[in-house]
Amino acid sequence: MTTRLISDLGGLPAGSIDRSEHEPTMTERRIDAMMILLRAKPRSFWVSDENRRTIESLEPTTYAESAYYERWVLAMKSLLLEKGILTEAELDEKVSEVRSRKQLAKI
Amino acid sequence: MNSHTTDHEHGHDHTVFQKDITEPKEDWEFLEIAIRELLIEKNVLSAREIQDEIEAWEKKNPEKGAEIIARSWVDDDFKNRLLSDGNKAVAELGFTVESLKLVALENTDELHHMVVCTLCSCYPRTLLGVPPLWYKSREYRSRAVREPRAVLREFGTTIPDSVEIRVVDSTADCRYLVIPRRPANTEKMSEAELVKLITRDSMIGTAEALDQHGQRS
Repeated sequence: MTTRLISDLGGLPAGSIDRSEHEPTMTERRIDAMMILLRAKPRSFWVSDENRRTIESLEPTTYAESAYYERWVLAMKSLLLEKGILTEAELDEKVSEVRSRKQLAKI
Repeated sequence: MNSHTTDHEHGHDHTVFQKDITEPKEDWEFLEIAIRELLIEKNVLSAREIQDEIEAWEKKNPEKGAEIIARSWVDDDFKNRLLSDGNKAVAELGFTVESLKLVALENTDELHHMVVCTLCSCYPRTLLGVPPLWYKSREYRSRAVREPRAVLREFGTTIPDSVEIRVVDSTADCRYLVIPRRPANTEKMSEAELVKLITRDSMIGTAEALDQHGQRS
């Protein structure tokens, strides 16, 4: 028996299909927009196969538990690092800055 | 970021942006903000471009796909060109499906096609807009290839047992567009009227086109 890739869902047992829709949140829209812009001309930083490769190489638990656009933003992060557009250090610093700024705003 | 600070003089309803007021809670929401701010600071992207792209989302819908199908219903030569080379045929109507192979599949009285992307969520976005959430769900992706008739029944679509069902699996490089069967008694309808009968789901193959009255048959 070969091991399935985490993304290889075809034919597996699964429950009924939830056909409800929700309006995409602004976070989801922005992720989608950035993904399109970074991939499209004139930037062409990566092709869709690379995008898929990064999604498929997420940790199996992350893949299974994360929301659709959560996978996208994680893939976008690894591609931006891989292509040298952003560095891990600056991104880490920015994330903690954003986090403390947002938490401060709540007080 | 507050979308309401920009000058919105175009008068459409932006209530959906209200959701943005919700503060980010999850790690990935903070990550999105961090990536965006850095890309803007480093002049990789501009805030304007991101906003324009977001607004373009709202204009994405299955209308283009429906125009292509309606043309194929009224023009057999066009339908044949669409079936032999999807990209070339849709270009005649001014649509481009960039760097992807577009394959049109015709539903008949003997054969029904249904599209899935078992590995991710590949979808002909340029023609059909943003995919519905169920198309991206684990359940649809898993079951469509194993028990398509059961899935179709859940969608309220009953295909007689005598009709073969063929499920096609999209890839990153190849997208499918189903040509649903033209409903009966529509011979006198104009192309523009026919467009209204062609739903998103009928082009994914999880439904048939609406009947001549615009109702689900």
